[in-house]
Amino acid sequence: MASETDDLLEQGRERLAQVGGPRGLIVPAILALAALCAWTSFYTVPSDSVAVVQRFGRYLKEVQPGLQFKLPLGVDVITILPVKRQLKQEFGFTTPGARDPYQGSRRHNGKQETQMVTGDLNAALVEWVVQYRISEPVKYLFEVREPAETLRYVSESVMREVVGDRTVDEVITIGRQEIESEALTKMQALATKYAMGISIDQVQLKNINPPEPVQESFNEVNQAQQEKEKLINEARRDYNKVIPLAEGEKDQRIREADGYRLKRINEAEGDVARFSDLFAEYKKAPEVTRRRIYVETLQSVLPSIRNKVIIDEGTRNLLPLLNLDPRKGEKS
Amino acid sequence: MKESTRLAAALILGLLAYAAMNSIYVVNEVQQVIITQFGKPVGAPVTTAGLKLKIPFIQEINPIDSRVLEWDGRPSDMPTKDKLYISVDLFARWRITDPLQYFLRMRDERSALSRLDDILGSETRNAVAKHELIEIIRTTKDRVPLRDTLLGESGQDEDMGLLVPIQKGRKRVEQEIFAAAAEKVLVFGIELLDIRFKRINYNESVRPKIYDRMISERRQIAERFLSEGNGEAARIRGNRVRDLNKIQSEAYREVEEIRGQADAKAAEVYSAAYNQSSAAVEFYEFTRTMQSYESILSSETTLVLSTNSDLFKFLNGMSPGTN
Repeated sequence: MASETDDLLEQGRERLAQVGGPRGLIVPAILALAALCAWTSFYTVPSDSVAVVQRFGRYLKEVQPGLQFKLPLGVDVITILPVKRQLKQEFGFTTPGARDPYQGSRRHNGKQETQMVTGDLNAALVEWVVQYRISEPVKYLFEVREPAETLRYVSESVMREVVGDRTVDEVITIGRQEIESEALTKMQALATKYAMGISIDQVQLKNINPPEPVQESFNEVNQAQQEKEKLINEARRDYNKVIPLAEGEKDQRIREADGYRLKRINEAEGDVARFSDLFAEYKKAPEVTRRRIYVETLQSVLPSIRNKVIIDEGTRNLLPLLNLDPRKGEKS
Repeated sequence: MKESTRLAAALILGLLAYAAMNSIYVVNEVQQVIITQFGKPVGAPVTTAGLKLKIPFIQEINPIDSRVLEWDGRPSDMPTKDKLYISVDLFARWRITDPLQYFLRMRDERSALSRLDDILGSETRNAVAKHELIEIIRTTKDRVPLRDTLLGESGQDEDMGLLVPIQKGRKRVEQEIFAAAAEKVLVFGIELLDIRFKRINYNESVRPKIYDRMISERRQIAERFLSEGNGEAARIRGNRVRDLNKIQSEAYREVEEIRGQADAKAAEVYSAAYNQSSAAVEFYEFTRTMQSYESILSSETTLVLSTNSDLFKFLNGMSPGTN
């Protein structure tokens, strides 16, 4: 028994000697281990990130960008978080080539993400983008298991809540900005409540469409709107063609009438002035003036009359007509 | 013998080192740990992070997540009170508050999630079946929607661009589901933090009907636009005729007024001068008659004059009286 044990021991010792071997091998092994430790003790934090250090699983500190030191061999574990980078999540569409797995909509989810019911029980397809940053790395890592995934849920839920309170017209046309701002405040409130360590910077609506089968009838409304404008503009054109002209013509007629008025009054005053002057003279010698005017008038009138017949009262029985030669009458 | 003691010492040292390794463990910041001894939990759960000690080999560690966890329900179809089939998708947030209870009842997260599926699923069905669709769509009871100024221009249309009124709203329904479910999951050592509707959509079979309704609604709006356009155009054309008549008749009136005033003024001026005395009247008559001769008598006139007339009375002799 004893010799057997001895033998076994002997064999073991020989093997140990082979493994432990020459002293020369132990030193390089220790050196290599030390080098490995040194190598894994340093790490770089990129400038847009911070590192969270956990020593034996317990949170130790937050480390700023630069070359940093940690305890090797799994004692210190670091997690690098891009706190300064603007991250985004897309709903209803996916920008190809995104590195963040939470950025785009997953698999066949895209279509389902967009479908919403509005407050007047219509349907709409809404696409939107949420921009966010990791604001509190400690909360981001330790409070919620899947902060980015939770953010997607929150975003979908809030967007439907906001759209659910609006009419389809508000959602598609007039209420976009209001929806963006209300969704933003509600998401921010939830992000704070859920302590996700995320701050939401922006909510942007992208395409908002009515469901495909309905789109055509939405276009009809737009066309009718244009048609309405056209009809009204045409009627206005007819109106404008006539009314300003009529206004002008009215002014013209009034001015002409005014002219008539001035003319009539001035003429009257002229006539009267002439009459008054003449009358003043007449009063001085009525008989003479009267006769003068009478004779003067006839003198100016008679020459132009071709047929003048002068009869003598006393020769009534004779042929009373004396036909004066018009030519002669003209001459005289 | 000396060799064998050295060997035994090395062996014991190795064993001790292994035991030491086995007696320390790391609790992460996001974990809480239940220590089990031959499968049976011992002591209070370890809830602080860091390096910890346990009895080697005999005790085992069972880490349990201490963060807020998410539950994402599968979308499922269910009818509302108004018999509309909708597809509802919920999400909930929960955390393990009593790890020991949780460990005993659930063992792992998968069974916890399936319990949540059952409980939340049935509570959701109950709540949805009790409410009309609009109650889980809308939230704010008294919100007044914005109206397209183009749409509501004439304001005669009351049922357009309006929200369907609600009694409770989405938040209250969510709270009802939450309240009913939160109680039921407590026994599993789970605290339900909150639940929210993620997606609510019309079921495939309902959609065509909804779309038809939307289309007819849009058509109706389009027709209204057209008739509003025609109506407004007619109004403008009417305005045109009215304004034209107004302008022209105003012009006529003013013109006649002005002319009347002018004539009146002229008459006044004339009569003031001619009517000053009987002599003036007579003289006016005379001069005016004289004036009129000039225009009345033209070259075509045949004038018969007597030698008795004032002009020709001297034709037969110097003194007419003696004739």
